[in-house]
Amino acid sequence: MKKVMLEGNFAAAEAMRLARIGVVSAYPITPQSPIAEVLSEYTGDGRLDAKYIRVESEHTAMSVAIGAQLTGVRTGTATSSVGLALMFEMLGVAAGLRLPIVMPVVNRALVSPWSLWCDHQDSMAARDTGWMQLYAEDCQDVLDLCLIAYRAAENGDVLVPTMVCMDGFFLSHMSQAVYVPSQQDVDDFLPPYQAKNLKLDIADPMFVNNLIPPTEFMEMRYQQHTGFSNALPVLNTAMKEFETQFGRSHSPIEPYCCDDAEAILISLGSMSGSVKEMVDQYRAQGKKVGNLKIVSFRPFPEEDLVAAIPRGARVGVLDRSMSMGAPAGPVCNDVRSAISNQGLNVRIQGFVVGLGGRDVRPVAITSAFDRLLAGQYDKDVQWLDMSDNAMTLRQYREAI
Amino acid sequence: MLTIKDPTKGLVAHGVSTCAGCGLELAIRVILDVMGENTIIVIPPSCSALFSGFGNETTLRIPGVQGNLENTAAIAAGVRAGLEYQGKGDINVLGLAGDGGTADIGLQSLSGALERGDKILYVCYDNEAYMNTGIQGSSSTPMGAWTTTTPYGKPVKRKNLMQIVGAHGIPYAASASIGYIDDLRKKVVKAKAAIAEGPAFLHIHAPCPTGWGYDPALTVELAKLAVSTRCWNLFELVDGSKVNITKKVNKVKPAEEYLTPQKRFTGIDATTLAMVQTQIDKDYARLELLAGLSCETDSAA
Repeated sequence: MKKVMLEGNFAAAEAMRLARIGVVSAYPITPQSPIAEVLSEYTGDGRLDAKYIRVESEHTAMSVAIGAQLTGVRTGTATSSVGLALMFEMLGVAAGLRLPIVMPVVNRALVSPWSLWCDHQDSMAARDTGWMQLYAEDCQDVLDLCLIAYRAAENGDVLVPTMVCMDGFFLSHMSQAVYVPSQQDVDDFLPPYQAKNLKLDIADPMFVNNLIPPTEFMEMRYQQHTGFSNALPVLNTAMKEFETQFGRSHSPIEPYCCDDAEAILISLGSMSGSVKEMVDQYRAQGKKVGNLKIVSFRPFPEEDLVAAIPRGARVGVLDRSMSMGAPAGPVCNDVRSAISNQGLNVRIQGFVVGLGGRDVRPVAITSAFDRLLAGQYDKDVQWLDMSDNAMTLRQYREAI
Repeated sequence: MLTIKDPTKGLVAHGVSTCAGCGLELAIRVILDVMGENTIIVIPPSCSALFSGFGNETTLRIPGVQGNLENTAAIAAGVRAGLEYQGKGDINVLGLAGDGGTADIGLQSLSGALERGDKILYVCYDNEAYMNTGIQGSSSTPMGAWTTTTPYGKPVKRKNLMQIVGAHGIPYAASASIGYIDDLRKKVVKAKAAIAEGPAFLHIHAPCPTGWGYDPALTVELAKLAVSTRCWNLFELVDGSKVNITKKVNKVKPAEEYLTPQKRFTGIDATTLAMVQTQIDKDYARLELLAGLSCETDSAA
């Protein structure tokens, strides 16, 4: 296995190439564009034997992927931000048709105001569309999680499409030495794609996706729900099989120094690296803190997550998006729900950090840890590392 | 695999849930008769979705998928790409959408597929409004027509869809009508042959007794009247430039003869009627001019 300097976008494209996707439909958007570009190079120079469909929008990108995958081909597309939002209608179609499309999502803030930079609002807005969501911490994760995603998503008991989310610029444009497996090893891990449910086949004609009555709709949604129920054990198995094949371990959640922790910060994606660095610094001062990284946000690994939190520990969640009008960000809301569903009575402090490309700086992480260690709890979500002018910035309303 | 047990001749079941006198039903029977069973169809939610079927029932013997309203061309392009990747490029891919799904919300994905040269046949059956949702106006609704969203008559002229499609320079595009079945059949044959080279497009006039307000027995007659009044012109556009009028209308009837039998034009005033007639005359004159230019180009070459 060779090590190559790769930016996150290229790590995703490598994984798609190694997975032998047969149809690519891609539309460029910052910061995803390098994926669309490099896949066109691969198909043009023969490194990837695939049809490259240069689509006119993200809506069409997903529509083409759906049409092609229905004929029995593994397809590939990728997007970001408003592109994912434009694709929204078709996300539900892919999920409902049980097409296990794997799509890298390069996380970028949604409008308005415009931002080119990272937060998780785009993928969080799509979290109920019926897609699995895996969040990468580094560029190696991007490649590994994509391969794991194909393996888990295409399992006949799952058949759920999957987003592999990477933080825009922090991962998409950051170079890292990444182990790139051989084609043979990936072929052993990922058998050729076969349509396991609905398909378009002249030899076996069926009409797919017609109107169905209320007497059947709920049952078909329940089938999707069951696919998700199966997804977590299948994902765990796929990660173990990945470790056997490639030697790197992955898990739906990754606790760091949590066993004896008095304060734990839960995080997703690249900021987890910064949190772990701060954990090391606190531990050096004798302060028992830990980080709990969620890799699989959908399916949500509720039991493992709650089990990883020692009794008595104070817990905060760093959300890189906000669920406006809800008590906290989407990850915090889910963690609270999980804690309650597991019969525990623990107050979870919600934090919002790093929106619109803002770094999750040490000052944000230390203020969160210090609040938890001091036993401070506020039922309102705390927005960290904000400027003092938050409420006067660009306020053009007449003074009352 | 299900065994299909019904005595239907052809690829469309007898007894479908379209309205009595549906122009679209005539069209799809002819289209699939020519395209044959080696065809995969893409249908949006629309009147054509009555052929997708409901629940466990479908009306079609060929594989198909119901997409969304705006992406018939995009899904067809995806199906085509998947088939080509697997070496099954001999299978025809057919999109069948209405005027709303084509000229309005589906125009972007159609334009994308036409520009890319995706080898699909896209058929727009034009019943001149959103009929399946309850007769709302589309960009293909003619001037003066009542719909539920143009209750006082549509104040502007319709979009020239053939000209838009022609601007993409695709191998074959044609307007057709269910009033001229032989002409329609010939055009489907040509379109089927053309998709070996690139996209083909058919724009089929499909009168709708429910939405237009006329006796269902008169569908074919009305379709013919649309042509003989030059309200709907039958022509081909080859490679986006060569225009061939397939039904020349020499003894033109006044537009009024076509409009009067339809309740949707009941409230049309004299001024609008005059504007409609002027537009019809201009459109036909332009069509003849283009056809003449095509002949000159031919003889020059």
